[in-house]
Amino acid sequence: MSKDFSIIGKPTAMVDAAEKTTGAGKYTDDLSAPGMLVGKILHSPYPHARIKNIDTSRAEKLEGVVAVVVGKDAPKTYGILPVGHDEYPLALDKVRYVGDNVACVVATSEAIAEKALELIDADYEVLPAYFDPEESMKAESDLIHDHKPHNLEKDYHHVFGDPDKGFAEADEIVEARFIANEVTHAAMEPHSTLASFETDPHTGKPGRLTVWSSTQVPYYLQHKLSLVLDMPMAQIRVIKPLVGGGFGGKSEVIPLEIIAAVAARKAQAPVKITYTREEVFWAHRGRPRTIVDLKTGVKNDGRITAVKARVVQDGGAYCSYGVVTILYSGALLGALYDIPNIQYDGYRVLTNKPACGAMRGHGTVNVRFAFESQLDELAAKIGMDPAEIRQSNLLQPPCITVNGLRVQSYGLPECIEKTVARSGWNDRKGKLPKGRGLGIACSHYVSGAANSIIRSDMPHSTVNIKIDRDGGVVVYTGASEIGQGSDTMTAQIAAETLGCSLPRVRVIAADTDLTPIDIGSYSSRVTFMAGNATLRAAQEVKQLIAAAAAKKMDCAPEDLIFRNDTVERTNGHAGMAAVGRPAEQNSAATVSGRVEGQILRGSLQQKRKDEGPKDQMTFEEAVVAAIDFHGALTGTGSYAPPPEARGGKHKGAGVGPSPAYSYSAQVAEVSVDEDTGEVTVHKVWAAHDCGRALNPVSVEGQIIGSVWMGMGQALTEEMVWKDGMLMNPGLLEYRSPSSVESPEVEPIIVESIDPEGPFGAKECSEGSLAATIPAIANAIYDAVGVRLHESPFTPERVLAAIRAKKNVKALNLTEGIDPTAPQRFREHGGSLWFKGKGPERHPLDPSRREVSAGGAD
Amino acid sequence: MKKELIELRVNGRNYEVAVEPSALLLDVLRQELELTGPKRGCDDSSCGACTVLVDGVAMMSCTLLAASCEGQEITTIEGVSEHGSLAAIQKAYGDWGGAQCGYCTPGFIMTVKSLLAENPDPSEKDIRNALSSNLCRCTGYNQMYEAIRSAIAAERQGLVTVK
Repeated sequence: MSKDFSIIGKPTAMVDAAEKTTGAGKYTDDLSAPGMLVGKILHSPYPHARIKNIDTSRAEKLEGVVAVVVGKDAPKTYGILPVGHDEYPLALDKVRYVGDNVACVVATSEAIAEKALELIDADYEVLPAYFDPEESMKAESDLIHDHKPHNLEKDYHHVFGDPDKGFAEADEIVEARFIANEVTHAAMEPHSTLASFETDPHTGKPGRLTVWSSTQVPYYLQHKLSLVLDMPMAQIRVIKPLVGGGFGGKSEVIPLEIIAAVAARKAQAPVKITYTREEVFWAHRGRPRTIVDLKTGVKNDGRITAVKARVVQDGGAYCSYGVVTILYSGALLGALYDIPNIQYDGYRVLTNKPACGAMRGHGTVNVRFAFESQLDELAAKIGMDPAEIRQSNLLQPPCITVNGLRVQSYGLPECIEKTVARSGWNDRKGKLPKGRGLGIACSHYVSGAANSIIRSDMPHSTVNIKIDRDGGVVVYTGASEIGQGSDTMTAQIAAETLGCSLPRVRVIAADTDLTPIDIGSYSSRVTFMAGNATLRAAQEVKQLIAAAAAKKMDCAPEDLIFRNDTVERTNGHAGMAAVGRPAEQNSAATVSGRVEGQILRGSLQQKRKDEGPKDQMTFEEAVVAAIDFHGALTGTGSYAPPPEARGGKHKGAGVGPSPAYSYSAQVAEVSVDEDTGEVTVHKVWAAHDCGRALNPVSVEGQIIGSVWMGMGQALTEEMVWKDGMLMNPGLLEYRSPSSVESPEVEPIIVESIDPEGPFGAKECSEGSLAATIPAIANAIYDAVGVRLHESPFTPERVLAAIRAKKNVKALNLTEGIDPTAPQRFREHGGSLWFKGKGPERHPLDPSRREVSAGGAD
Repeated sequence: MKKELIELRVNGRNYEVAVEPSALLLDVLRQELELTGPKRGCDDSSCGACTVLVDGVAMMSCTLLAASCEGQEITTIEGVSEHGSLAAIQKAYGDWGGAQCGYCTPGFIMTVKSLLAENPDPSEKDIRNALSSNLCRCTGYNQMYEAIRSAIAAERQGLVTVK
């Protein structure tokens, strides 16, 4: 770890930890406003239907209902991507998935609003619906979006190098289909938005809009609100309270955020909408279920000669991030190892299901599962150790990959080395008892997209800093804290640069009135980009202080060291001693009368007689001097990725390039119960190259969290569908792992010190997710000799594979399932027993019998 | 539905609130008493984010009728810190990364308090079992175990004050 920094590299509690552990911190649903009304949304029970008529009169007459909002109250489209503005806040003519938004009732209480929903008479003309992407791609009629023939949102076809020649030279080729079933973020905090119009004092009419929302992207929300409400952005203030987890699920504008604003405008009162857990599943924007047809060729020495991938993503009913997701799958497939020849065909298909969007590891996870599993299979074919085959395909940085991505700091070799060593791979692989195995896999991720979503040359991050005579440092950043620690990172970078103690720094974040534009918390860009902007702002202010302090101490600004709330001259005798003196941290020294944590202004406020040149000043004295010399002490810094990091010129080249990439290598140890098919993950060793760990305890938390979420997708998490109905919209049925099912994870921090990252730092919160899935798949192979090509590896699937390997008759539970060679997505086998939901019911469906019996559910 | 007057004892104070008989304890705490520490995270009592102590036992307040808690000692996360400073478990969750987004943290801390009251020196297995009633999507739980061990050690050495 770095010892020459006083704050960077030290384990630090989050600046908002106390708010969170005392319950004092406010999340959006904890907020209320005088006269606030509650909004509840009517959702479509049909996967694909034309809205013939919506009659809200009965609902409007219910006592306590203030307003009912429908599609035509805001007939403007929006969407996170400029190329994908295909969503209405409330459906205008057609509903496109079960859960689509039809109307919103605003009432004085939630109970009344819910009651009023049942009084809305909406009649639909049910249309044929598409659920399987491979069918939906062939659609000629009843298209989901009229402007998208064959329900194809987007398809890309890239060829780099000469794949055919590559495959011709290969000694071994493996080709297989992989299927990754659908997963979602399921952040613990359901989405919530509070919208309120102020009255314009000049016109007397509704004026500025303020929206508090649980969002990762306040700037994009402000932008889309201005589009749909037809209001200037400056008239819209977006404030992000504490966010209870995002993972990408709040990295775009979610319907309730616009609906709340439209409802507040119509009801002329503050409106709060909070999703139920089921509504969170319908909002989704998670990871699309994906079919990956992958073919890889290697030579006997392990060198990869060519890769060919056909990826079909079941994108759901709207574009969302779809174009970016399908591009990431191709771009980052070829960027972890040195692959000379790549062919990539990517299809983002529309289906009548909740829209998929960005989820942690966006675009890379399902293809990485396929690639790292197939590489393991190839290693077995040529009799090479799976770790070794990865070590024989490393990039030689600094370099440009075959598909135009610039790679500078590349800690993958050290990650593989460390995780192999820590897991005892060499002396334990293949020697474990039957049913127990080790698997290795690697993955990586961008430290932010080099090309922003809204194309412009504006900086991606801007940060302002102000310091006043009280010696308090206030940092204004647009970066959105969502639990990943961005406010703490901002405070650490400012404090380290200014040489002041952490309690002296206060971070004001994500309030579009107060903080400059930051495009948001997604693609793991915040530490790299907002961190760099903070660093530059702090350096600008530091120069002003140094100039003033240098005058006072009669030396050159460069000779000053800012450290531990003091500014010391280095070339003077005291200076030399100062350098030698170990940095006492938070000692009860009485520098500027400071007692731990509590900074007393002491006698600074009175004008002090000048005591002549000194060799040391307190931070506060230097600040006062700087304000006296320069007037206001403020600074601003911004960051935009350099042109050379913005990637190649081929169509779709905009997605994939990043100023830096993080790397991860993992070993998973599992045991498989051959009678039940149950997989237990005992331990995962996860090495992650994060450039430099600004806050080790936070970096370890991000690594463990990523591995854990990957493990959830690998073993238990799966969205199960039937006729477009989500059969498990609850946290128990969606089987997010609890502490009992969660493995021990040993995070190993690798520091490759990136040349452009703030203090060398790169991303650390998405790159470690993808590798966990193939690492577990490869460990299952090592344990029981079956290669699973369909995730999650549920007991049902593992048992089917084991029994098939022993060619034992399949149980009815596993009839017709071959998880080692899956063909297509399968529907839930059961019936639609949800009361009143779902299209025509089978005669024997319980809800049909119940209607005749007349009993309440 | 007509509201009734009930008396609840929360975090050492008595409150008289008029609620409908069907009112859930979670909603009364959050809306009537403005104690927004307990959180709603699911529709079917499956996430544990609403956990409070009722007579010292960890209970899901989303599954309790407020009226059924009359005469019982209810403790929410807001009642955990001692004379103005963080309790050991709160400080430890902050220091060891037991809380990232913090939405599940109140529920977990109440569950841990209930566990430690019953079993002051739990093994990791005891801790895992006790925590399995609460879901978290950020931490992967590992750092929570370290936080709990460090809180137990801190309390044992009486170092409850903030460092």
